[in-house]
Amino acid sequence: MKEVSRSVGNLLLLFTLCFSLQSFASSDSEGEGTVSSADEVNEYILHHIKDSHDFHLFSYTNGSGERKHVGFPLPVILWSSNGLVTFMSSEFHHDDSGKVVVEKNGSKFVKLHSKIYELEAGATEVEFDEEHHAVNAARVLDFSITKSVLGILLVGLLMLWAFSSLAKQYKTKKVPTGFGRVLEPLVIYVRDEIAKPNIGEKKYRKFTGYLLTVFFFIWILNLLGLTPLGFNVTGQLAVTAALAVFTLFIYTFSGNKDYWMHMLWMPGVPVLIRPVLAVIELAGAFLIKPFSLLVRLFANISAGHIVVMSLIAIMFTLKETLTVGGATVLSLVLSFFITLIEVLVAFLQAYIFTMLSALFIGMAVAEHDHDHEHDAHGHEIPDAEDVRGDFI
Amino acid sequence: METLLNDFSPGLFIVQTILLLGLIFLLVKFAWKPILTSLNEREEGIQGALEAAEKARKEMQNLQADNDKLLKEARAEREAMLKEAREIKEKMIADSKEQAKVEGDKMLKQAQAAIESEKKAAVADIKNQVAELSVEIAEKVLKEQLADKDKQLKLVENMLGDIKLN
Repeated sequence: MKEVSRSVGNLLLLFTLCFSLQSFASSDSEGEGTVSSADEVNEYILHHIKDSHDFHLFSYTNGSGERKHVGFPLPVILWSSNGLVTFMSSEFHHDDSGKVVVEKNGSKFVKLHSKIYELEAGATEVEFDEEHHAVNAARVLDFSITKSVLGILLVGLLMLWAFSSLAKQYKTKKVPTGFGRVLEPLVIYVRDEIAKPNIGEKKYRKFTGYLLTVFFFIWILNLLGLTPLGFNVTGQLAVTAALAVFTLFIYTFSGNKDYWMHMLWMPGVPVLIRPVLAVIELAGAFLIKPFSLLVRLFANISAGHIVVMSLIAIMFTLKETLTVGGATVLSLVLSFFITLIEVLVAFLQAYIFTMLSALFIGMAVAEHDHDHEHDAHGHEIPDAEDVRGDFI
Repeated sequence: METLLNDFSPGLFIVQTILLLGLIFLLVKFAWKPILTSLNEREEGIQGALEAAEKARKEMQNLQADNDKLLKEARAEREAMLKEAREIKEKMIADSKEQAKVEGDKMLKQAQAAIESEKKAAVADIKNQVAELSVEIAEKVLKEQLADKDKQLKLVENMLGDIKLN
């Protein structure tokens, strides 16, 4: 069923690609709104993986040669030099190259590569230097309900609805029925396979709420990114950065005395080496760990999107060498299988992010009693540090 | 790198942070806490039920063992009682035999004693009678014989000889 919907998704994406490539071009005249060359494909793909201010479904060219875009605008909320400004993204008329100037509250705004810039006072249109950087406009703080924010809101509501209805089921019965029967093992999986082994039997409970939220949030958004709706939320640096910062805050503020001791003044090593180790440990805790978290998720999901779209684009780029039919079949077969892999990656990245978060939290709260726990058979139970050692 | 940094939207970062914070708060309050609590309760319930079943099984086993023990004890007791009874019976029989023998011996002895005394009495009686008869015979003989002196002497002689022989 999933595969079927996925391949239907691919077909729709294909459809979208066929009819709407470069749909955000400023001009709606015939010829400019479609994509066939490799450069145009690249531009389209790079545009897609960015956030967008309107929800674009597809475009087509009508009988009189006009480009029509199907979708809906989303609200733009900006903190400009003149205070809060709101308007609908439709006022940019699908422009993404800074040509359409929107004037609100005495400020002038242009949209350039999915980012909104405020023109300097007195300027009437945006000017560019040789590297295509705007010279007389600056980025504004953009709180818009972009496509990603919409995705986050939708997934948030979906999770709230699904899991609170699961929670309600327990009030009346011991074992959930219906969709809850699918959700319950997933919750147990995160608790037993991610939270408990990494954080420990005693302390896992406090952090499981965060881990569950993050796991399902990332997983659902990853899967949503594979649908033809074209959400790329977990491929946005800002989103993965926020997630990583949450993990950073949690393990920093729940770290116990031992954790700080091991970080700042490592016991058991020569005193001279301790400051060096402290620098390394501090860099590890505050830069490397969150950075690895945010980049891993961002890069995997972005790469997935780029690969799937590139494979779909084979039918345009290899049209001449393979004929239309050959290129289409090759593109469909390849993109179908890579999409299957992406479904796996969607889960895997959610798992890895959650697992590493749990591991970092576990390291921060671990009790270093210096004699390791033993299980019933007298074998050592590996604690978080040993696990970390194995992992690295 | 520059493109990446340019793609980073601080606005989206702030929005995501706020939304995620809200989502975590709401989910923890309305979903994770009740779900985890119920799961734990259910698991503890299952654990408890399993332990109770195990305990009941052990109790049953103990009960069975007790029953077996009681049965064994009862059997042993019965066995002991039967043995005792048999012993008593044998002892009684033996006692009776002994007593009968003793009684018999006693009676035999008494009888022998009685016979002895009877015999003695009879012998004494016979002796008396013999003595009387002898005296009577002697009287008669004497009466008869005394008429003839020789015969008297001869008679006395004979008699004396007889007596000696006797």
